[in-house]
Amino acid sequence: MSDAAARPLLEIRGLKKSFGDVEVLKGVDLAVRPSEVVTIIGSSGSGKTTLLRCVNLLEEFQGGAIVLDGETIGYGEAGGRRRRLRDAELSRQRAMTGMVFQSFNLFPHLSALGNVMLGLRKVRRMAKDEARTLAADWLNRVGLGNRLDNVPSQLSGGQQQRVAIARALAMNPKLVLLDEITSALDPELVQEVLSVIRRIAADGATLLIVTHEMRFAREVSDRIVFMEKGRIAEEGPPSEIFGAARSARLAEFLRNSGH
Amino acid sequence: MNYALHFGAVWASFDKLLSGLAIGLGLAVAAVAIGCLLGILSAFASVSKLRLLRMVSGFYVLIIRNTPLLVLVLLAYFALPSAGIRLDKYESFIASLALYSGAYLTEVFRAGLLSVPKGIVEAARAIGLTRLQTNLHVVAPVMLRNVLPSLGNTFIGMFKDSSIAAAIAIPELTFEARKINVDTFRVVETWTVASGLYIAACFTIAFLLRRLERRFPKF
Ligand SMILES: Nc1ncnc2c1ncn2[C@@H]1O[C@H](COP(=O)(O)OP(=O)(O)OP(=O)(O)O)[C@@H](O)[C@H]1O
Ligand SMILES: [Mg+2]
Repeated sequence: MSDAAARPLLEIRGLKKSFGDVEVLKGVDLAVRPSEVVTIIGSSGSGKTTLLRCVNLLEEFQGGAIVLDGETIGYGEAGGRRRRLRDAELSRQRAMTGMVFQSFNLFPHLSALGNVMLGLRKVRRMAKDEARTLAADWLNRVGLGNRLDNVPSQLSGGQQQRVAIARALAMNPKLVLLDEITSALDPELVQEVLSVIRRIAADGATLLIVTHEMRFAREVSDRIVFMEKGRIAEEGPPSEIFGAARSARLAEFLRNSGH
Repeated sequence: MNYALHFGAVWASFDKLLSGLAIGLGLAVAAVAIGCLLGILSAFASVSKLRLLRMVSGFYVLIIRNTPLLVLVLLAYFALPSAGIRLDKYESFIASLALYSGAYLTEVFRAGLLSVPKGIVEAARAIGLTRLQTNLHVVAPVMLRNVLPSLGNTFIGMFKDSSIAAAIAIPELTFEARKINVDTFRVVETWTVASGLYIAACFTIAFLLRRLERRFPKF
């Protein structure tokens, strides 16, 4: 393996995050290699969402560092003091990661095509035709080639989430963050979304996933991370995490999540 | 009652009333257009992270909402020249009504801004849009659609308030009606026709706005 491939794409070191007096992340260390699929599991309130939001710079954090493709993101040094970067810098760094949310969060005034094109036009500064072609291409890949002109309110939950995936992926991010992207869906719509993710993973995307779909996690992940109370309590390949050799706490969590 | 109704004298000057109506509409359109701009800026300021901006917006709304429009109009027309600012009566009235409507529209747009789901703002930020781009391409259009009904009501309100322009002799509907009233002594007829025109105009505006709303379906 070459050095570039061995270097982690994402490196989180000693990440600490508090909301007011409540420390939610208590020193998280996590590295993700290029093309690796890492899934975070853990009980409600353990800090999974907060961790992803810190990586995408949607939250500020008080300690530790996040390095993405060799660049320390979110904070810089000025006069020996740690300082949050300016909005323009943060925006540029956010564009390096894609994020898909539990609640889709599509732009309600724009068509499926418009949702995917906005970032291509305004952030990637693509010409209109080029952006439209690429957006249509991505919507095709998530199976929505015949829905380009529909606005979100005309789409099912599963379709909306696939638009959101296309919107994130079309930006060609180095890393994609997926936070419980099937939790808001009716059961019969879950698989259409998960199969899109399987395909993206197979195509070599680097994914950091939070999910309660244990079977999906087991099959798609290279590595599983078990979070508990703001810390990573255990991590390993799926066979290990879901296998026999596991701690009592992890066993209890898996039992409670119906595995 | 031995007052016989004679509309003839009013009909003879009906064209004056119509041109007055048109002037009132023109004043309202110009004022609300500028007022919208002021209102949007002031609404964004009111939800800003910067305390100074929030204070400026709050102060503006406080002052304007507690000043009667008539006072504002007279102040702009009679006092501004002594401060070296020369506006004709149309300009000064539009400025006053714009300032006035801007304060009310601040509240309208502010409510609209607060109604924009936080999730879509984060989605915009997540794909790398800057704060300004997010406001321009996501927050503003969603907010505008949400406030369209209240915007229409404000516009109708401002159109009715254009009658105050009569106080500085702008020949809009109320001014013309008063003139006809003085010339003909047909008090009831004149003011009946004038209010009929106001009502008809307001109904028409409301109807058109509802059509417009339907053109832009709710999300
Ligand atoms: N904006 C906020 N303000 C205050 N506390 C917050 C905020 N967001 C999250 N928290 C707290 O941080 C902790 C971690 O929340 P987080 O959403 O990261 O958990 P999670 O692991 O994603 O849980 P779930 O499985 O329910 O989604 C929780 O105790 C939560 O109450
Ligand atoms: Mg969560």
